[in-house]
Amino acid sequence: MIEVTNVSKWYQQFQVLDDCSLTIRKGEVIVICGPSGSGKSTLIKCMNGLEPFQKGEIKVDGVSVGAKGTNLPRLRSRIGMVFQNFELFPHMTVRRNIALPQVKILGRTRDEADARAVKLLERMGLPAQADKFPAQLSGGQQQRVAIARALAMDPVAMLFDEPTSALDPEMINEVLDVMVALAQDGMTMAVVTHEMGFARRVADRVVFMDQGMIVEDATKEAFFGTPRSERAQLFLSKILQH
Amino acid sequence: MNYSWDWGLLFRSPHIDWLIEGFRNTVVMAVLAWFIAMSLGSLIGVMRTLDNPVAKRVGTIYVEIFRNIPLLAQLFLWYYVIPELLPAAAQKFVKRDMADPQFWTSVVGLGCYTAARVAEQVRSGIQSIPRGQRAAALAMGFSTAQVYRYVLLPIGFRTVIPSLTNDFLGVFKNSSLALTLGVMELTAAARQIEEYTFHSFEPFAAATVLYSCVTLLVITLMRVIERRTRIAGSVGSGR
Amino acid sequence: MGFDWNVIVNNRGLLFQGLMVSFQLTLVAIVGGMALGTVLAMCRLSRFRVLAVAAGFYVNFLRSLPLILVIFWFYILTPQIVGHPIDAYSSVLIAFTLFEAAYYCEIIRAGIASVKAGQVNAGLALGFGRWHVMRYVVLPQAFRNMLPVLLTQAIIMFQDTSIVYVVGVRDFLTTADVVANSNNRPVELYSVVAVTFLVICFTASRLVGRLQRKYAL
Repeated sequence: MIEVTNVSKWYQQFQVLDDCSLTIRKGEVIVICGPSGSGKSTLIKCMNGLEPFQKGEIKVDGVSVGAKGTNLPRLRSRIGMVFQNFELFPHMTVRRNIALPQVKILGRTRDEADARAVKLLERMGLPAQADKFPAQLSGGQQQRVAIARALAMDPVAMLFDEPTSALDPEMINEVLDVMVALAQDGMTMAVVTHEMGFARRVADRVVFMDQGMIVEDATKEAFFGTPRSERAQLFLSKILQH
Repeated sequence: MNYSWDWGLLFRSPHIDWLIEGFRNTVVMAVLAWFIAMSLGSLIGVMRTLDNPVAKRVGTIYVEIFRNIPLLAQLFLWYYVIPELLPAAAQKFVKRDMADPQFWTSVVGLGCYTAARVAEQVRSGIQSIPRGQRAAALAMGFSTAQVYRYVLLPIGFRTVIPSLTNDFLGVFKNSSLALTLGVMELTAAARQIEEYTFHSFEPFAAATVLYSCVTLLVITLMRVIERRTRIAGSVGSGR
Repeated sequence: MGFDWNVIVNNRGLLFQGLMVSFQLTLVAIVGGMALGTVLAMCRLSRFRVLAVAAGFYVNFLRSLPLILVIFWFYILTPQIVGHPIDAYSSVLIAFTLFEAAYYCEIIRAGIASVKAGQVNAGLALGFGRWHVMRYVVLPQAFRNMLPVLLTQAIIMFQDTSIVYVVGVRDFLTTADVVANSNNRPVELYSVVAVTFLVICFTASRLVGRLQRKYAL
């Protein structure tokens, strides 16, 4: 589904991605973790072309992301993305946030789009919030709306960029629950997160990054049982201490 | 278009003297008015952030009055109206004995007008500081005056340096309005040369270049000051 | 010394006419300045460097000059350039439009810059093209953010119209000045001018403040 092959990226002199390769098959859930500044967010943003890269190739469903002739908007509309800071459009109601892209990009009618929005909001446990503005919702609710907005486009895969990092602790679980359900439904997912509990429950593989490199790419059993690299061991001991 | 250029006329006496005098008056007026604006404006701005309702009120009224009347009308008020309202002795001084009344009226008018703008910058600078800073300073036992002196003003002023630069350039440009009272400033000098020589391009070009150069100079200078006074780790500080 | 407010009452028609000229000037300068200012802002944000640099130069150059000087430029030079005399009012309209456009350009540019990069990314990630992101995500937010500043600029411009006094266009202040001189009543007339501006501008800025609170995102 998503194939990352020998991708490198530089900000001027500074190398942020160093020869990264990664394959995500259909229906797989991959958790990407690593210390801050390790390049994990950058890597996931490369997958839908939000960040350009200088070397290597990324293919989504056979389409090359970096190639000149690629219709990026079309490719992006088929991959859902969820951001750390939700990025709901503050000047639109929740319903319109979910409906507008369906109408403008997929060409659905207003009614179809609205019906889809309502259905997804129910699935997210937010049936009563359709006519509110994002600022009137809690962080956890906003993030679930953002997930609904991405799902409304019927994506073939979903990218999550630290979806719970900006949330208060009591709201993290309501978002994770939605993500777990999504994974169990068979969605292809790449998730950048520090939530190791989530990784344990639904991840097929865990990818560990450090200093722009993919240091470890293992099944979750192998990763949590006996991580091979010292850096991954150190990282795990730090975040699992408490 | 047929126009006989004569750039040399700018450098002939008395034209060059007028230009120099005009430029000097513009700069001196701007600096003096800025001095008034900064002192009065800081005071008014601080008053608007105090808890005392009277101080707040007075500050607000000042700002609203000086911000909502055109500067030109304010200059006319200072020059033609205020002296009439003064007691006889003061009136005699203002009308007869004061040297260079147009110049000083312009300076005071410009200063008071700009003070309202400075006050708003100072107020917003102080109010942009998280309330925790004030609380922390008070908790250490600082008096209100000390809180302002050591915490709020040093932070507040730094954050509004770019806007204050704009306000200074505003005074500099607005000083051109003094020509309506008969002050021989830069624009007036250009006009006078034009009237005497019937050449309009050259004197106005000279004035334009002078205004632009000073603006450029001030902006460059303030960038340096801004960089020097920046607080490490605050917004806009280097990476 | 006594005041004689009759001079105001007797000349109310003239003064009102002058006030209307001030409003008219403001309106034309807002429309013209915003139209040109939007074009300039688009140029400054454009990917074509020549366009961006030229627009930037225009904006910074005009912003370094006093309005009075710009008014003189157009008052004295436009007839020389077009080859025949034009009336002061037209020259002032041109000067105002070109001058205000520089300020509106910066307001619009700042408004667009105030929309966070994450919003653009979110729009792109959904599959919107660049123009759609501008149209549905950036501009609506930018406009809301800059609305108070745009209106405040309009109030400032209304005050600035009084500067046409220097070329004798009969706006509110100039009319008052003429009446003041012919009746020798400067105190009454300048006071009325000041109070009128104060009332109008104060009320307008209060309304802007209320609007700002209502539409804040």
